Amino acid sequence: YIHIINKADMAASKGLKILVGCKRVIDYAVKVRVKPDRSGVVTEGVKHSMNPFDEIAVEEAVRMKEKKLAGEAVAISVGPPQSQETLRTALAMGIDRAIHVEIPLAQLEKLQPIHVSKLLAKVCESEKPDLVILGKQAIDDDCNQTGQMLAALLDWPQATFASKIEPSQDSKQLRVTREVDGGMETIDVSVPAVVTSDLRLNEPRYATLPNIMKAKKKPLAKMSPDQLGVDLQPRQEVISVEDPPVRKAGAKVESVEDLVGKLREKGLVK
Amino acid sequence: FQASRAASLLPQLLLRRRPAPAGAFALLARPASSASGGLPPLTTEIHPGIKRGAFSQLTDADLSAFEAIVGGDHVIKDADEVLSYNIDWLRICRGQGQLVLRPKTTEEVSAIVRHCNKRRLAVVPQGGNTGLVGGSVPLFDEIVISTSRMNSLLSIDPVSGVLVAEAGCVLEQLDREAASQGLMMPLDLGAKGSCQIGGNLATNAGGLRLLRYGSLRGTTLGLEAVLPTGQVLDCLTTLRKDNTGYDIKQLLIGSEGTLGIITKAAILCPARPKSVQLAFLGLDSFQAVLDTYRLARRSLGEILSAFEFIDSESMRAVKQNLGLSCPLGEHSFYVLAETSGSNETHDREKLDGFIESVMSMDGCATDGTVAQDAGQFAHLWSLRERIVESLLVDGYEYKYDVSLPLADIYRLVEHMRTRLDGRVIRTAGYGHLGDGNLHLNFTTPKFDAKVLELIEPHVFDWVRDRRGSVSAEHGLGLKKSQYIRHSKADFAVRVMAEVKRLLDPNGIMNPYKVLPDE
Repeated sequence: YIHIINKADMAASKGLKILVGCKRVIDYAVKVRVKPDRSGVVTEGVKHSMNPFDEIAVEEAVRMKEKKLAGEAVAISVGPPQSQETLRTALAMGIDRAIHVEIPLAQLEKLQPIHVSKLLAKVCESEKPDLVILGKQAIDDDCNQTGQMLAALLDWPQATFASKIEPSQDSKQLRVTREVDGGMETIDVSVPAVVTSDLRLNEPRYATLPNIMKAKKKPLAKMSPDQLGVDLQPRQEVISVEDPPVRKAGAKVESVEDLVGKLREKGLVK
Repeated sequence: FQASRAASLLPQLLLRRRPAPAGAFALLARPASSASGGLPPLTTEIHPGIKRGAFSQLTDADLSAFEAIVGGDHVIKDADEVLSYNIDWLRICRGQGQLVLRPKTTEEVSAIVRHCNKRRLAVVPQGGNTGLVGGSVPLFDEIVISTSRMNSLLSIDPVSGVLVAEAGCVLEQLDREAASQGLMMPLDLGAKGSCQIGGNLATNAGGLRLLRYGSLRGTTLGLEAVLPTGQVLDCLTTLRKDNTGYDIKQLLIGSEGTLGIITKAAILCPARPKSVQLAFLGLDSFQAVLDTYRLARRSLGEILSAFEFIDSESMRAVKQNLGLSCPLGEHSFYVLAETSGSNETHDREKLDGFIESVMSMDGCATDGTVAQDAGQFAHLWSLRERIVESLLVDGYEYKYDVSLPLADIYRLVEHMRTRLDGRVIRTAGYGHLGDGNLHLNFTTPKFDAKVLELIEPHVFDWVRDRRGSVSAEHGLGLKKSQYIRHSKADFAVRVMAEVKRLLDPNGIMNPYKVLPDE
C-alpha cells in the first residue's frame, strides 16, 4: 500500500486522479480505402473502435485504481457523436466517468493534435487531474503529438512511450520506464504529469458483461469546444490523400526450366 | 495465434478484412503419428476387409497419355511428392496412390477421366485435402486428380451477388475477392485457408454460419462437372430461379466426389455485414446453454449469424495444447453468439437487450464479454476454431460429427465420457448448437483399436436410436460409409446405388467411399 503525495490534494489517502484520453479510430484490422476524390479515406460504414494505444492507457488507469494508486479515473474523448461508444467501452473496462467533447462533423476532418491538446488543457484546468495518460499516437494519423503538446501547454512534465508506471523510490513522484530507440530509459516525474502509453505497458482486459451493463449508468458529460473557448481553426490543409504505389506484380513460372529462361531473359543469369 | 493481443498491433500484419483468424490450418500442430517413422499406418492395414476393385493397373502407355493431356510438369510420379497427396489432414489415412495429375482446364479433366473410364483406372478427385472422413485420398493405387491448378475466379456480379469460380479456388481467397465487392462467401469453416470451393460443394460443407446463410444446396446456383464417363455436365447457370427439369447439380453436391468431378461453381454471395458483434458467455449447465439459445433466437433473431457451444474439456485443450488464453473463468460450457447486420447502432442495441435478458435469467450466463474490437473478435473465435487442431496435439483423434435433437446433444457426450473413462486422454464436445450439430472427439496418445471398438458402432447406434444423423456435415467418406443405414432407409440406399451405377458404370470415381461395399 503506497502513499502518493498528491500536490493538488493534501488528503494523501485519496490517491491520484487520472484523466485518460480515448480516440475513436478506424479499427486496426480494417483495410483502409482512399476516397475516389482523394480528399481522405472512407470512414462511412467502416468499423471503428478505440485507438489500441488508448485501450492500453485505459487499462493502466484501471490497474492503478485496483492497486489503490489512483482514486478516480475519468475518460475523455474529442470526437463525433459516435465517440460516446468509445467512452462506453472505457467505462466498461472500469473507468468511473466520462467526458465527451463533441466536434461537429464539418470540423472533424480538420481537427489536429494542436486543437485536441488545447481542449484537453482546458478540461485539465477544471478537472485538475494529477496524471493524464494518453495513447502515444493514434493509428489513423500516427502524429504522436497530443501528449507532448498538452504537457507544454500545461507546463507539466511529460513521460512518453511508457512501458511501466510505478511510484518512485520516495513515493513522492512517478517512476516511468520509457521505450526509446536505444533501449529503455527510466525517469522520475513529479505529478501532475502527462504520460503516453506504449505497446508493452499492459495487455488490455476484456470488458465483462456485468461491467458492460454498469457502464450504461455511469455519468457521461458532454461539452463543446465553444464552451471550452478553444478555436478549432485548422492550421494545415490536406491537399490530397493517395494510396501508396502498387507493388509491381511478380510473374509465376510453372517449372525450373521456365525460371531459368526468365532469369536469362532479364539478364540476371548467363 | 498469439496469446498477447498487444504484441500483434503491427498494422501491416493486420490487413484482414474478415473478422476471423486467417487460415487456422496454416498454423497446424501436427502430431507425430504412430507407426512407420511418423507416417500414419496404411489405410488398408486399418481396414483389411476392403478388397481392391477390379480396376486396371497403370501402364507406361497411360502415363504417356496423361503427359499429352496436362504436360509432363503436371504428372507427378515422384514417390516423395505423391506421398502428401495420399495422406489426409487428420493423418488417419495413408493410401498407396502412385500418380497425381494436375489439370488446368475442364477439357483436361474431361480427357483424363475419359481415358481412365476407357481403361478402367480408378481415380480420386482431390481439392484442399482437408476432409475429415478419409474421402479425399486413395485407398489402393487410385490416381489422384488434383483441382489445385484450376484456381481462377471467373466473375463477380456486385448487383446480383453471384460469384463464378473454378473448383480449385481456395475459400478464403474467394471471400477476400467477394469482400472487395461488398459481398461475402455464404460459408465459413476452420479449413478456409486451405479448402477449395469444389471440395466444399462435393461435401456440402456446413460450417459456422449455416445458421444464417443456409447450406450450399441453397446458395449454389449452378455448377459444371466432369462425369465418370468423361462427359462435361454444364449446369453452370447464374440464375436465382430456374425450374426447368430435374436439378441434377443437387446430386453432385454432397456426393463427395463419387458421381463426378466438379470443375466450376456459381455461388450466390450475401452482402457483407457492416456490423459484426460477438458475445462470449460462460455457463454452468447445458440447460443454460439451451435457454441462452432460445433467448438469442428471440432477442437477436434476424441478426444472429452463429451460435456455437464449447465444453470445458475442449476449452482445456486449446488452453493447454495451444497456449491460448480464455478471458472468462472456469465454466462447464462456453457460448459464442455472433450477430451480423447492416447498422452498428441498431445491432448493438439488440445485443444489449440480449445480454440484459441473459443476465437476468435464472441460472443463465453471469460471466461473459462482448468483443470491443477486431483483435478481441478474432481471439474469441480462435477459441472455437482451433479446437480440432488442439486435440491433434494429444496424439490420435477419433472424430464424430452428429445431428441430434437439442436436448440429447450433451447427453451423448456425458454417456461416452463415462463409457471411455480412463481409456482416453479426453472426451471433448462442442459444435454448431444452432444447427443441432455436435462435434464429439476423443483423444489417445496413439491409435488404440480397443478404444475404437468401444466407440464404434456404439456411438452411431445411440444416434440412430434417437433418429439423428451419424454424419451431420463431414460426410461419409471412407470412415463412415458402412453406417449409412443408421440414418437412411435401406431402399433409399439402394436408389443411391442405382444412381451411382447410372453415372459411373465402371465404378472408377472415388471407389470405396460413401456407399457401402456391396
